[in-house]
Amino acid sequence: MGVGRTKGAVPPALRPVNFRIEENVTGNIQKNAGRHFGDSAFKWLTLAMALTVFVLIALIGCELWHGSRPAMQKFGWHFLVTNNWDPVNDVYGALPFIYGTLVSSLIALAIAVPISIATAVYLTELAPLWLRQPLTIFIELLAAVPSVILGLWGIFVMVPWLHNHLVPVLRSSLGFLPLFQGPNYGPCILAAGIILAIMIIPIITSVSREILRSVPGLQREAAYALGATRWEVTRIAVLSYAKKGIFGAVILGLGRALGETMAVTMVIGNIPQITSSLFAPASTQASVIANEFNEAAGTLYPAALFEIGLTLLGVTVLVNIFAQLLLKTFAGPGVKPQH
Amino acid sequence: MNMKKTILSILGGAALLAAQTNAAPINITGAGSTFDYPAFTKWFESYEKVDPDVQFNYQSIGSGGGIKNLTSQTVDFGASDAPMTDSAMAAAPGKILHIPVVAGGVAIIYNLPGDPKLKLDGDTLAGIYLGNITKWNDPKIAALNPGVSLPDLAIVTVHRSDGSGTSFIFTDYLSAVNPAWADSVGKGTMVKWPMGIGALAAKGSEGVAGQVKQVSGGIGYAELAYADQNKIPYADIKNAAGNFISPAPDSVSAALATAKIPDDFRFSMVNAPGDTAYPIAGASWVLVYQHQKKAESGQKLVAFLKWAVTDGQKLSPALDYAPLPNTVQQRELALLDTIKY
Repeated sequence: MGVGRTKGAVPPALRPVNFRIEENVTGNIQKNAGRHFGDSAFKWLTLAMALTVFVLIALIGCELWHGSRPAMQKFGWHFLVTNNWDPVNDVYGALPFIYGTLVSSLIALAIAVPISIATAVYLTELAPLWLRQPLTIFIELLAAVPSVILGLWGIFVMVPWLHNHLVPVLRSSLGFLPLFQGPNYGPCILAAGIILAIMIIPIITSVSREILRSVPGLQREAAYALGATRWEVTRIAVLSYAKKGIFGAVILGLGRALGETMAVTMVIGNIPQITSSLFAPASTQASVIANEFNEAAGTLYPAALFEIGLTLLGVTVLVNIFAQLLLKTFAGPGVKPQH
Repeated sequence: MNMKKTILSILGGAALLAAQTNAAPINITGAGSTFDYPAFTKWFESYEKVDPDVQFNYQSIGSGGGIKNLTSQTVDFGASDAPMTDSAMAAAPGKILHIPVVAGGVAIIYNLPGDPKLKLDGDTLAGIYLGNITKWNDPKIAALNPGVSLPDLAIVTVHRSDGSGTSFIFTDYLSAVNPAWADSVGKGTMVKWPMGIGALAAKGSEGVAGQVKQVSGGIGYAELAYADQNKIPYADIKNAAGNFISPAPDSVSAALATAKIPDDFRFSMVNAPGDTAYPIAGASWVLVYQHQKKAESGQKLVAFLKWAVTDGQKLSPALDYAPLPNTVQQRELALLDTIKY
């Protein structure tokens, strides 16, 4: 092998890849040194594109930070825990909006999570094969409905139904809880929770479905082999295996619910207050910005709204990062990640 | 070859000549209040016949946005439902003139079974919105409406969730007639509305009107145009002279005629003293710099404004605005004459 080798000739298998490749096996392809530059330019270009998104988010954050400086200097940390929104006297506190955002999102999760997980389980485990694709398409269609359309449906259909039928039923059956006491005039935080639930069901369902599909068949087979019933297989082998992933899907849905603006503004009543009743109107961070930013004059008023936007952006970004981490590290015991 | 050159040069010369004589229309941009947007749309359309060389572009982004844009000089004129504050005027790079162009009334709309015609006054309205009067059959409301059977229904107050000139006019009126309101809440395009038990807020006058229509026992305030278009009953309000007046273009004009208007036109016309004046009314102003940087477009703008406050007023009643009375028109023309280029 070493004898008779001409000077400079290197066996093809050992040639460094970046060098000029004069001919390959077929002898047809001729590449020249210019390709090296093209490769590297392509790499940097696509990297720049990928970084653009990151830079955009960072710029938005910077702009929000800069815009909220007057309010941050005036109110400090108390801004987040003060329950007072008074544009005439220039005193601002974001607590009622944080409360509204959190409670409406929690109600949405409470309604959407059982429905979504049950739907995902049905789609992966129990549905006949011919039904799975059409049903999936319908659920994805729900995600395609624009936010404003859902809001319109909410105002004209859902809120009157809630006021005339759901609220009296809840009041008579669960009225001993302070949550279900108090007068109701239509728009309320419960209505916002219901609309948000409708909006996050598609997300949680589709991500959960992917998670459940990626549970290895071995798990199910092992459970069957041990004599488990259908439900026990689903519960023990599938759901508890996919716990982390499903939790990630839920957090992803929460991230969507936190930032939803138009549909919520139309049905929540827009009164910045903190009450124990779910039948009372409230206001969320996104809805107060949508409502008031247009006419906010002066320096402190827009700065306070910017600060609310900054807290909303911060919380939404953190929640989404948390969800992605959960989903990414979802591997389950004994299985290598399939990257 | 020579022939071709000659023809080409003649054509080129003709094109140049044509370009000189067919000047592009001058573009004038404005931004601000949504309240007078319908008026502007109608005026721009009609003004095309008066002067086809100028084109207007108006963005109804809200009074605050209009003031911001005018201060940063990104638009030629602004429009606002509330006069600029002293500090806002000091922040502008030049002196800004207030030119009132429309006046409108704010109707008090309500939803009661049977649609009775109600009479209300400032103190009762303030009591309702402060949360002191909670039921429709309260003695104070009954005293103003003898003979009307008022139901034992809770009052649900609806106010604007977005900052608005309509809210400004309404809260300005309540502050003027009720000291308790002036002390605790005050006036503004966005105020801290008292948290009554039954309080709701909606976006836009159409939102308030929609909410009132849906809630039995609801009361709200909206521009007269919305109340008329949606056929919602509204109340007669007691004015400063003691008469109960219905909102309409002529009663708003009467208010404008008797309101105290200073020379800089930054005035409030709520609770005007006239006999037939409607008390909850306000004007909307066009804001322009007294010193116009661009002479040509400045002259066109001033010519348009002079037309709008005189001939344009004939189009106002059809849009449910009150036309400016003659005395006010003359004073505004005098003010427009002070603009320098």
